[in-house]
Amino acid sequence: MLNIHIRKQFRSNGAQPFILEAAASFAPGFTVLFGPSGAGKSTLLDCIAGLQQPDSGEIRLGERIYFDAARKISLPPQRRELAYVFQSLALFPHLSVEQNIRYGLAKLRSSDQVEGTQSIATAFHIEKLLSRRPAELSGGEKQRVALARSLITRPRVLLLDEPLTGLDSALRRSILEDLRAWNNANRIPILYVTHNREEVDSIGERVVALVNGRVQETGAPRAVLDAPRSVELAHAAGFENVLPAVVVEHRPADGVMRVSLDHAACEIEIPLGDAAPGTEVRVAIRAGDILVATEAPHFLSARNILPGTLESIETRGGMVALRVKAGATFQVHVTPGAVRALDLSPGLLVWLVIKTHSCHLVR
Amino acid sequence: MNAEALLLSLRLAATVSFFLLVLALPLAYGLAFSTWRGKFLLESVVALPLVLPPTVLGFYALIAMGPRGPLGKIWQSLFGHPLAFTFAGLVLASMLYSLPFAVQPLVASFESLDRRLLDASAVLGADRARTFLRIILPLAWPGFLTALVLSFAHTLGEFGVVLMVGGNLPGITRTVSIDIYDRVQALDYAAAHQTALLLLLISFVVLSIVYGVNRRVWSPWLAK
Repeated sequence: MLNIHIRKQFRSNGAQPFILEAAASFAPGFTVLFGPSGAGKSTLLDCIAGLQQPDSGEIRLGERIYFDAARKISLPPQRRELAYVFQSLALFPHLSVEQNIRYGLAKLRSSDQVEGTQSIATAFHIEKLLSRRPAELSGGEKQRVALARSLITRPRVLLLDEPLTGLDSALRRSILEDLRAWNNANRIPILYVTHNREEVDSIGERVVALVNGRVQETGAPRAVLDAPRSVELAHAAGFENVLPAVVVEHRPADGVMRVSLDHAACEIEIPLGDAAPGTEVRVAIRAGDILVATEAPHFLSARNILPGTLESIETRGGMVALRVKAGATFQVHVTPGAVRALDLSPGLLVWLVIKTHSCHLVR
Repeated sequence: MNAEALLLSLRLAATVSFFLLVLALPLAYGLAFSTWRGKFLLESVVALPLVLPPTVLGFYALIAMGPRGPLGKIWQSLFGHPLAFTFAGLVLASMLYSLPFAVQPLVASFESLDRRLLDASAVLGADRARTFLRIILPLAWPGFLTALVLSFAHTLGEFGVVLMVGGNLPGITRTVSIDIYDRVQALDYAAAHQTALLLLLISFVVLSIVYGVNRRVWSPWLAK
């Protein structure tokens, strides 16, 4: 178990200094470190690795003290026996793949180094690349080499800072499978920083949400990311609609409460939360969770049906982003096929359909 | 052409660039990697010879090396002869004079290294010495070459400091640039011209090497 409890303040030219103040425990297995950019995720990993010094607090792995400000202990990174895969990967450009992988084995006999390199290269499917230079590798190959170079040292903690950014999802899945297999055999705390929801869902046993240098929430991915508790986290978790709202009334019998959106422009029903009537809150709704109809829908279970005007249509890659003014302004994502079938065009009168449980209370 | 003066200059330049590299390495390492707040003071001291007139530098060097100067006294007690107006004195003064030409290229090449490579090396268990030998040295070698070549070329052409500290003793302290000055004073323009042209050529070749190497070297390991 990796336990941290640290505080680090950064001097800045701006009015407010950035403060990282994090307390968390990381059990063996994957923990996703999630949060908007600038939340302090990389700084936290740097502190755990010993590349940056916290101002106060402590970091320990079981009984082993990595850092203890009160007792003036700080193990240098060389002695923390952990592995860290940087976002930039930091492969040594002048060394071959084999030399890169062997770099962390300097203390072993040469024959053991060769053996270790061979077996990890096989496990990560890079045995044919050993004589190449990093500049001659593709993105996915580089990421595999960086993982192999880190894992060969038999670390007691593994820090991964967005190691799979920029890969297509098939490649990402295949690397994640190799990593999961390695984890099943070794069971150490793995801290995995990512922005990618797909990665969170496929590896996350737990999520720690970091916002503005503070741990805001810890829990299962669905609990943390599907019901974000802060505006920053809602944005980072991919909620396109985060609307200001005021609680109007509680209906405990139905398990819901009514809120008015955007200065009483419209009212919707959301799951009952612990905000009293009259409280200012925010409601987060994914753009993909909103349905669009061109006629007033009837006989639906969805409780929120809002008439409105389609203001704009914008095609982004494989999907279409609509902006609809239905009291408040909503972002709605639909497929290009839906735009054709409904013959959507700006100015059209539409109805938005939102399930109660697609609406999340945010403080 | 005065071969004796030319050989002396080459010997001086080679000696100075060798010792300077040894001295500049830890200095540059400190300037590039330390987070010490008073670093700018050290940077200013190192850059001082760039803006100081050589005669000023030579003057203070002469006073320090003189029989009553601190350096001169230590030297006298160690070796039993004075330091001023000797080859060793010339080497010391020239090192001071060429210091920024050795330190600055090294600092620049250290600072241009990707810090994450050094972090990666540390996390993989390498101590500072190993990181230096395996990562910094191979990636920053154009900086080393530039430092070596520039301090060599700069020492080869110096005049003011040599005149102040070394005087004009044939075979001991009379370097090419002083020789040229002597020839011009004696109105022997032909001889002055020969030596001057040679110095000009050497400087040009040396600079071409520096620029050529720096242009080419950064590319082969980085993504094409």
